[in-house]
Amino acid sequence: MNEVSSSETVARAALEKPPAVPGALFARLFARVRNRPEWVCLPLTLVLVIGGWEWYVAAYKVSTLILPPPSHILSALHTGLASGVYVKALLVTLQAILLGFLLSASVAFILGTLISQVRLIEATIYPYVVALQTLPKIAIAPLILVWVGLGIESKIIIAALVSFFPMLVNTIVGLKSASADKLELMHALTASRIKTFFLVKLPEALPYIFAGLQIGIVLAVLGAIVGEFVGAKAGLGYLIIQMNYTMDVAGMFAVLVILGVMGVVLNVLIAVLRKRVIFWQRTDVSAI
Amino acid sequence: MNVVDGLAAGRQAFGTRPAGAPTIRCLGVSKVYETIEGERIHALADIDLAVHEGEFVSVVGPSGCGKSTLLRLLAGTLPKTAGEMFLRGSPITGPRRDIGIVFQTATLLPWRNVLQNTLLPVDVQGLDKTTYTARAHNLLQMVGLAGFERKYPFELSGGMQQRVSITRALVHDPAVLLMDEPFGALDALTREQMNLDLQRIWAAARKTVFLITHSISEAVFLADRVLVMSARPGRIIAELNVNFSRPRSLDVMGTPEFGRLVTQIRHDLAASGALD
Repeated sequence: MNEVSSSETVARAALEKPPAVPGALFARLFARVRNRPEWVCLPLTLVLVIGGWEWYVAAYKVSTLILPPPSHILSALHTGLASGVYVKALLVTLQAILLGFLLSASVAFILGTLISQVRLIEATIYPYVVALQTLPKIAIAPLILVWVGLGIESKIIIAALVSFFPMLVNTIVGLKSASADKLELMHALTASRIKTFFLVKLPEALPYIFAGLQIGIVLAVLGAIVGEFVGAKAGLGYLIIQMNYTMDVAGMFAVLVILGVMGVVLNVLIAVLRKRVIFWQRTDVSAI
Repeated sequence: MNVVDGLAAGRQAFGTRPAGAPTIRCLGVSKVYETIEGERIHALADIDLAVHEGEFVSVVGPSGCGKSTLLRLLAGTLPKTAGEMFLRGSPITGPRRDIGIVFQTATLLPWRNVLQNTLLPVDVQGLDKTTYTARAHNLLQMVGLAGFERKYPFELSGGMQQRVSITRALVHDPAVLLMDEPFGALDALTREQMNLDLQRIWAAARKTVFLITHSISEAVFLADRVLVMSARPGRIIAELNVNFSRPRSLDVMGTPEFGRLVTQIRHDLAASGALD
């Protein structure tokens, strides 16, 4: 009984105009947090993990060469950003990622369209595509470097190769996913293949295509970094390898933080675009 | 009435209507499917029928009797096995532009708003957008969806979605409206309302309507003529004229004559073994 009446009071307080009393403000805040506990729990997890990490390193005197505490990473991040080294490397890597991703997505869309719409092309090419998909694409990276050199071109190609297959497969599956009723409707309306493609099949495929893009962007980051590991003159991956040689472990962690943030931002950008384009889809199907 | 009498009576009636050439005509149409295992399924046998200009004909039959197959043959989306079919005198050999279809589900395109969904046949067939947009607005007003032109299908109720699919079937001014259990997925109350609306739309649009349903009362309430089909292989086993004056109100369903027609159809279906 008590609980009910107190929650009623809180609810009423939330509804009424906020009086300029700090106590009431807290009551409103409290009511909101009670409905959405994750608003507290989500940041709390981060604080606990980072705090525990800092404490563990200090308490057990772990060598900073093996596991630097978060405070060291933060200061390495600060120095690196202030000197402009990270930004320069980030721009190089980001360029490789985006160009590789765009190249890969375009080819995946065109080839996926051909494979899904033309039976002969499907029969001739798709079996090889499936066979090649099992190959670890990263293993080709050294070869690409031999062919194209140490410049950004090799990173673009490796990023494109690594991210290609999920986008291709999603395009094919999506373009074949149009429901039988919709296709029958178009058939009954005497629609041409081109009209059926643009009016039904393509919009119906968009959720799959975007799911592919979301996987693809993550793999493009992976591809570009691996390319830089194998051989490069600049970029975040190149920076990690250099720091590895100089045992700058805190610096390596700082680059990982940058990579993480970049990955999240790229993913969010595609998620936002997806939501705008596929406005009619109410349920969010997350790719990974 | 036994089956043979029903068939004979039907045969006579189909051919002897005094009005001019029928809008839809089927002569000895049958359809045999072959399953993947090679089994032959006789879906329709020897269908003869005629639907006249402006007439509202319902086809009622048990599920699986091939009534949807009949509709697909008329729509030209399925090839027939034997027989001849004509629409306004020209043979039906494939999908054609002078047919409007309403399916059991509204089958709207979720990325198009109400107006764009109505205009789908116009886009598909490359018709003049300006002329038909005005027509689409009129149709939407007729089905009570004025003001909903910019709404998307996910913002509409099931009944409203089906209304949009009716406007889509009518927008390109087809010779005939084919309806395949259009209200089967709706709840009973919405269904009755849709029946009233369809009657109104039919009266206003002056279309020839060929309606497939498994609801006997819906078939009788809406139609000028009810064709009764047997279980597979589907044949037309009886034909009943429905002579209630128009517009009909739902009260018609309470009259003795309505009850008599419904009972008659039940008996015909039972006699053919459909209700076992």
